[in-house]
Amino acid sequence: MACFNSAVTTAQSPPATLRLPAASDLYAVDDLLSDDERLIRDTVRAMVRERVLPVIADHFEAATFPHQLVAEVAGLGLLGMHLTGYGCAGTSAVGYGIACEELEAGDSGLRSFVSVQGSLAMFPIHAYGSEEQKQKFLPEMAAGSMIGCFGLTEADAGSDPGRMRTSARRAGEGWVLNGSKMWITNGSIADLAVVWAATEDGVRGFIVERGTPGFTTSDIHRKLSLRASVTSELHFDSVYLPETAALPGVTGMRGPLSCLNEARYGIAWGALGAGRACFEAAVEYSSTRRMFDRSIARFQLTQAKLATMATSLVQGRLVAHRLGTLKDSGRLHPVQVSLAKRANVRAAIDIAREARTILGANGITLEYPVIRHMNNLESVLTYEGTEEVHTLILGKAITGEDAFS
Amino acid sequence: MNVVVCIKQVPDPNSPGQLDPSTHLLKRDGELVLDPGDEFGVEAGLQLVEKHGGQVTVVSMGPERGLDAVRKALAMGAAKGVLISDDSLRGSDALTTAKVLAAAIRKQDFDVVITATESTDGYTGVVPQMIAGLLDIPAVTFAKSVSVEGDKLTAQRQTETGIEVVEATLPVVLSVTAGVNEPRYPSLKGIMGAKQKPLDRPGPADLNLEDVGGASTGQRITAIDSAPERAAGEIIKDEGEAAKRIVDFLADKKVI
Ligand SMILES: Cc1cc2nc3c(=O)[nH]c(=O)nc-3n(C[C@H](O)[C@H](O)[C@H](O)COP(=O)(O)OP(=O)(O)OC[C@H]3O[C@@H](n4cnc5c(N)ncnc54)[C@H](O)[C@@H]3O)c2cc1C
Ligand SMILES: Cc1cc2nc3c(=O)[nH]c(=O)nc-3n(C[C@H](O)[C@H](O)[C@H](O)COP(=O)(O)OP(=O)(O)OC[C@H]3O[C@@H](n4cnc5c(N)ncnc54)[C@H](O)[C@@H]3O)c2cc1C
Repeated sequence: MACFNSAVTTAQSPPATLRLPAASDLYAVDDLLSDDERLIRDTVRAMVRERVLPVIADHFEAATFPHQLVAEVAGLGLLGMHLTGYGCAGTSAVGYGIACEELEAGDSGLRSFVSVQGSLAMFPIHAYGSEEQKQKFLPEMAAGSMIGCFGLTEADAGSDPGRMRTSARRAGEGWVLNGSKMWITNGSIADLAVVWAATEDGVRGFIVERGTPGFTTSDIHRKLSLRASVTSELHFDSVYLPETAALPGVTGMRGPLSCLNEARYGIAWGALGAGRACFEAAVEYSSTRRMFDRSIARFQLTQAKLATMATSLVQGRLVAHRLGTLKDSGRLHPVQVSLAKRANVRAAIDIAREARTILGANGITLEYPVIRHMNNLESVLTYEGTEEVHTLILGKAITGEDAFS
Repeated sequence: MNVVVCIKQVPDPNSPGQLDPSTHLLKRDGELVLDPGDEFGVEAGLQLVEKHGGQVTVVSMGPERGLDAVRKALAMGAAKGVLISDDSLRGSDALTTAKVLAAAIRKQDFDVVITATESTDGYTGVVPQMIAGLLDIPAVTFAKSVSVEGDKLTAQRQTETGIEVVEATLPVVLSVTAGVNEPRYPSLKGIMGAKQKPLDRPGPADLNLEDVGGASTGQRITAIDSAPERAAGEIIKDEGEAAKRIVDFLADKKVI
């Protein structure tokens, strides 16, 4: 017996110099960050703690967009941070990822705003735009004085966007755009929309500025997820666009899909932020809440939940960091992004739901961040490729069989 | 106008530190951050040079890891960093620290030296005045606002009895209180650019310091003990007369 005990004690007493990393990063995966990336993490974390957390639950409850945070994220240089030139910071992919994680530890809606602006609206202009388009839009978008949105999904074309009905046909020197887009983040607050439309040559991207005759928006209400984010419909009623509105650099679904690939990359990191916030709330709550005359952290069932959450966070973080390294070295394959988006969003939503149970009744109120994250993550699971769609992408890559239709 | 800001890296105040019983120094194995108090100093320096031209140099003495704090200040906008991190300086007391900092500051071109009023960890609150003494220039302390006009610096000092307006001729040492401004966040562009900025790593020899360091300091910490627990307060349950009992209590203490 004594012998058994001492074995247990030895296993539990590492050398005094060994220090266990924080519970939310038990493998110290963040040690893989460079100095710059660590400073990006600390800066965004501080901004979120000081500027976002004090107001975000109220915005979520009232379903209002925190407009004042646009200047905040722009001031830090978070908009289009991973792009180079045109007023963008030019961070590494890992730096972009870690910033997404910290933003989403605040709220998935804020991270969505930043993802849409940088990866879905600025990225296509940066990658496929003319020099004039880049000069005209990118610096203002980086500065947050122009907001962008990305219109791909339609009411009847979600997971299968190739079936879009919005179309652009040539008319004289320009184009006439007809149709509508649905579920568009930032739609009604955007100064410009990057809209994907079918043309006789294949899908093309168009920059439609607010105020263009025939272009209107309406907001989608009664959402119970991403409530601090604007989601809209875009309507195009014979909108005349000059040739200079078309993105010259890409034709075909490759255009929008490459943008989604950028944004999904950020989501694979971001979701972990929401998961981490829920985990930390659960750890904190479990250590202070007493029931049956002991701390609920003392119960094995609680510990099992926390142990599983901590493990998922480590796994997700390793996936995200490796994904970042692949992207920074130019070897990232879209299938790898699908794997990470699918795995990490699933991990985050599972963590959120378990954390919710640890908080008991308090878990359903906005006094704690958990249910807000939990509800937000339902959108994150669906947008940027549903969990099912990413499963089929992986399945096809593994088997060579296309199970989409 | 050139400004030197003294900055120190400290254990993250958000995760409380521990004293090491063998060295009597704060354990520094956890997260370290730029002292939040010094962020006000960096911001004050940046605002002065943005208004009057010139540049901010940050000077820090501390272990190698202190580079992170220097880098953060550079990312906020300082033009140059100086970090003195010789092992012989480990365990320096406040006077030694001030001697080292003063020697490093003398090598810079400066009109104002900015510090916080006290560090978040060491907390002696004497380094700024010692630096001023060693440089033989005025010390304007506990400033809650600052302005410069020509070669005159004017500061408002918060004191127990009211606000003093103090004027001094440059160069001066200025210690600023928390709340003197709202420190900016480093921008991502600033972070990306910080690596290109000059960073000096002088050793004691470069600063002509013959006799400094833990062994030669005039004071040492002989013991550490935990602070006495604060006695539990009295909780008054409101059964109709709570207000009266609180008033009586305060009157008894001659507070009201
Ligand atoms: C808050 C929010 C913000 C959004 N922002 C944007 C935006 O900014 N821009 C934009 O263009 N879009 C945006 N979207 C739209 C989002 O990308 C789509 O909702 C998503 O692609 C899914 O499309 P759908 O909702 O039409 O679902 P559907 O495609 O109708 O799917 C319904 C269900 O069927 C499953 N399914 C579909 N096909 C298959 C299949 N082959 N095999 C198995 N299962 C399948 C799906 O996985 C899902 O579970 C946003 C959505 C939300 C909720
Ligand atoms: C190798 C090495 C290890 C060290 N380890 C420790 C340690 O474990 N714990 C510890 O507290 N100190 C350590 N120091 C730093 C040094 O000993 C203290 O800074 C010094 O004792 C100052 O005391 P204080 O913090 O009470 O100063 P205060 O008078 O309270 O500080 C007031 C202000 O003066 C400036 N200032 C103070 N110290 C410095 C500094 N070092 N660099 C730049 N500006 C400064 C800041 O603006 C500060 O806000 C170490 C130094 C070296 C070289």
